[in-house]
Amino acid sequence: MVVYGDGFQAVSDSLLVVLVAIEQALRAVPPVVFVAAVAALAFAAGRSLRLAAAMAAVCWFVGALGLWDQAMQTVAIVLVSVAISVLVGLPLGVLAAKRATVRAGLAPLLDLMQTIPSFVYLIPAAMLFGLGKVPAILATVVYATPPLVRLTDLGIRQVDAAATEAARAFGASPRQLLWGVELPLALPAIMQGVNQTVMMALGMVVIASMIGARGVGETVLLGLQRGDAGQGFVGGLGIVLLAVAFDRITQAWGRRLQAGRGG
Amino acid sequence: MRDAPPAGAPMIEFAAVTTLFGRRPQRALERFRAGADKAALLAEGHVLALADLSLTIAPGEFFAVMGLSGSGKSTLIRHVNRLIDPTAGCIRVDGIEVSALDRRGLEAFRRRRVAMVFQHFGLLPHRTVLENAAYGLEVRGEPRAEREARAAAWLERVGLAGYERHMPQALSGGMRQRVGLARALAVETPVLLMDEPFSALDPLTRAELQDELAALHRGHGRTVLFVTHDLDEAARLADRIAILRDGAVVQVGAPADILERPADEHVRAFVGAVRRDRPQPPSSPFASPSAG
Ligand SMILES: Nc1ncnc2c1ncn2[C@@H]1O[C@H](COP(=O)(O)OP(=O)(O)OP(=O)(O)O)[C@@H](O)[C@H]1O
Ligand SMILES: [Mg+2]
Repeated sequence: MVVYGDGFQAVSDSLLVVLVAIEQALRAVPPVVFVAAVAALAFAAGRSLRLAAAMAAVCWFVGALGLWDQAMQTVAIVLVSVAISVLVGLPLGVLAAKRATVRAGLAPLLDLMQTIPSFVYLIPAAMLFGLGKVPAILATVVYATPPLVRLTDLGIRQVDAAATEAARAFGASPRQLLWGVELPLALPAIMQGVNQTVMMALGMVVIASMIGARGVGETVLLGLQRGDAGQGFVGGLGIVLLAVAFDRITQAWGRRLQAGRGG
Repeated sequence: MRDAPPAGAPMIEFAAVTTLFGRRPQRALERFRAGADKAALLAEGHVLALADLSLTIAPGEFFAVMGLSGSGKSTLIRHVNRLIDPTAGCIRVDGIEVSALDRRGLEAFRRRRVAMVFQHFGLLPHRTVLENAAYGLEVRGEPRAEREARAAAWLERVGLAGYERHMPQALSGGMRQRVGLARALAVETPVLLMDEPFSALDPLTRAELQDELAALHRGHGRTVLFVTHDLDEAARLADRIAILRDGAVVQVGAPADILERPADEHVRAFVGAVRRDRPQPPSSPFASPSAG
């Protein structure tokens, strides 16, 4: 039933290579090392030992639930999806901030992407790319990118006009203005967008597992299919724990950026 | 140079500049040329910011622009580096026709010919004091070591040695404006634009910075275009003063001229109001209805 176009095949293949590499790396790393790395990341993001310890505890608990391998698969999908969302969403957000026509054209599209139930575009995604990880990633990207576009757009338009005027007065080119003034000053808003994108990507893992993506979502799905409330609960808890870890770390990072700016 | 109007090639020249804000400035321009006044244009949805204004400023001159709120001072000064485009007329700086520059030409012009100091400082909050002071040099591509050395020298000059690594928000208003001043001086442009640079500062700090600016001006001979609400400030610093009203120049002359021989009732009231109650900004019964 599945007919691959060459283009789709190529996209699909390269995505898969990246995803599998990340997944295998994450699963090959001893859990202790992974937990330590998360703690270090949390500390780097928030400069708080308490946050680092809490994040390490969350990771340990995921392992204690027996979800380690699945969690690593989920983390890999989320990382790849978020990376693609950022690559697509950030430039779109910048364009929207710069051109009112782009913003006007994008708005209904973003609304659609967020409001159409994901099942609806899972089907065409699965038809184009077959079942498995790649359509799951694409569906996740479609669902998770809009908040990043919106917050990037908003963040750039809210940059203090006095700062951009000064930069222009000294002869900044549009590129110097964007990279040297607008993006850095919009960074707290952009980080908030990334945070939301991560949360929405995690929210998609159960749905993604329906088209064959491996990960924590599978446990929930199995629980549902077998009417096994216990298993469903364990899987759900695993997702929540991952969400807490991603959320706390990205938020701490965003807050520190904001503080460095002094408002 | 204090009394006589400047002779020779001007440094800054406004030739019949008209600027209208609104949806259809060209249409409004026709209406203005057909005799519509500011109030009529405003009723049609356009603000007449500059009205057929001509002005020449000589090299090395310290030129102050005064006028009531809304008279077009900020608009005027922003034409010199084309942060605002005129609807009609032309602006020349050092022989360069600013309105004719393309994007790259305009960038090069802003990098080399004009620097600006802003009322609300316009510092970049994510950069240190040193990085802010070096911004103009950075934009024109000077190597880091060189630009930071020069910025540091100018920071020292304006009394901020030791604050290089601070963030602007950690500084008082007076110190922030010193950073703004260092940033503008570091690029060593022939023209310096200042839009009410000291009006957000307390009187003591203001007087201090005025003295420093006067000393710097004597030492470097740049052309300074300076917007202020403060007649004392203008009288202390400027070679000549222009009084603006509704986007047109009502009088240009040496400070003594303006004070002793006001050209009309408006200037008399303006000068009188400033002198009578000094701490207040000028507010007079002659304020135009659209001012504010
Ligand atoms: N971007 C703009 N769009 C529309 N109207 C504008 C714009 N900028 C300025 N104006 C109007 O042009 C007129 C002149 O404004 P300008 O800021 O030059 O006055 P000003 O003399 O600097 O006043 P102040 O002393 O309050 O700073 C005002 O009526 C103002 O409302
Ligand atoms: Mg002004």
